[in-house]
Amino acid sequence: MSRVGVVVFPGSNCEHDVVEALEGLGAEAELVWHGATALGDVDAVVLPGGFAHGDYLRPGAIARFSQIMSAVTEFAAAGGPVVGICNGFQVLTEAGLLPGALQKNSGAKFLCSPVDLVVASTESALTCATTLGEILRLPINHFEGNYTCSAETLRELQDQDRVVLRYVRNPNGSMDDIAGVCSAGRNVVGLMPHPERACDPLLGSADGRRLLGSLLKAAGDRVRL
Amino acid sequence: MRYPVLVEVRLRPGIADPAGATIERALPALGFGGVHGVRVGKAIRFTVEADDEAAARRQVEELCHRLLANPVIEDTEVFLGESAPVPA
Repeated sequence: MSRVGVVVFPGSNCEHDVVEALEGLGAEAELVWHGATALGDVDAVVLPGGFAHGDYLRPGAIARFSQIMSAVTEFAAAGGPVVGICNGFQVLTEAGLLPGALQKNSGAKFLCSPVDLVVASTESALTCATTLGEILRLPINHFEGNYTCSAETLRELQDQDRVVLRYVRNPNGSMDDIAGVCSAGRNVVGLMPHPERACDPLLGSADGRRLLGSLLKAAGDRVRL
Repeated sequence: MRYPVLVEVRLRPGIADPAGATIERALPALGFGGVHGVRVGKAIRFTVEADDEAAARRQVEELCHRLLANPVIEDTEVFLGESAPVPA
């Protein structure tokens, strides 16, 4: 059984949903305080959504210097699967574990709605149990979700097949309809939509299980989806 | 020596600025129809201790790079020492 560490920053607010969703898939999940120096014995790490350190200065700007981030960076460098959801994605870009940045939505509105996504690459820790072109319905809930990077970085992401999820209808102005990207090693993934909020048909969609199930597969677990 | 510092953090050209756009749209209703190009940034003030102004500037440039701005979407301008306007 895989053990997943779910990092809690002051201001995180999706950590319990992530734990619930992972446990529903048969994994063990434990909360890891941002001030901890070690992750413990985990097979994967999730940085959940919320407003780490109040989003002061910029989303993720302060969180990237939290003590636990050294351990997360080491874990990622060793090939361990790391997923950042929403605010967690912003933390990963600020930490330099993923390229680019999330700027304010082009429509100048906070967005909170279900969106359709298409799997653009199955070669990543968050999409390895999905199929290429598969459509997933997940909720988004963000103001700074408009992915941007230099033209050179975008070419690199495209050439290396590192855009893992795209919006079917771009809600926020993201470059190349990007909803999620992965690192060069394909083990670090960031996405703005919330898979943990779509893990039960009662919530309108259980498609999030496809992604979190992929994470557990990447973590070395065999999960029946 | 202790040097006063003002750092202006600006969104880079082309980066969405909903706050600036919203302010600009509100101005014509107040009779300021000729105001264009409103951009909202941050002004961050502090003091820094260093042996001389060049050393102070190096410290400030580094902390701008590491924390105060994200170079993907933001630029900074540093006003230090006599060029830093002191608040009244």
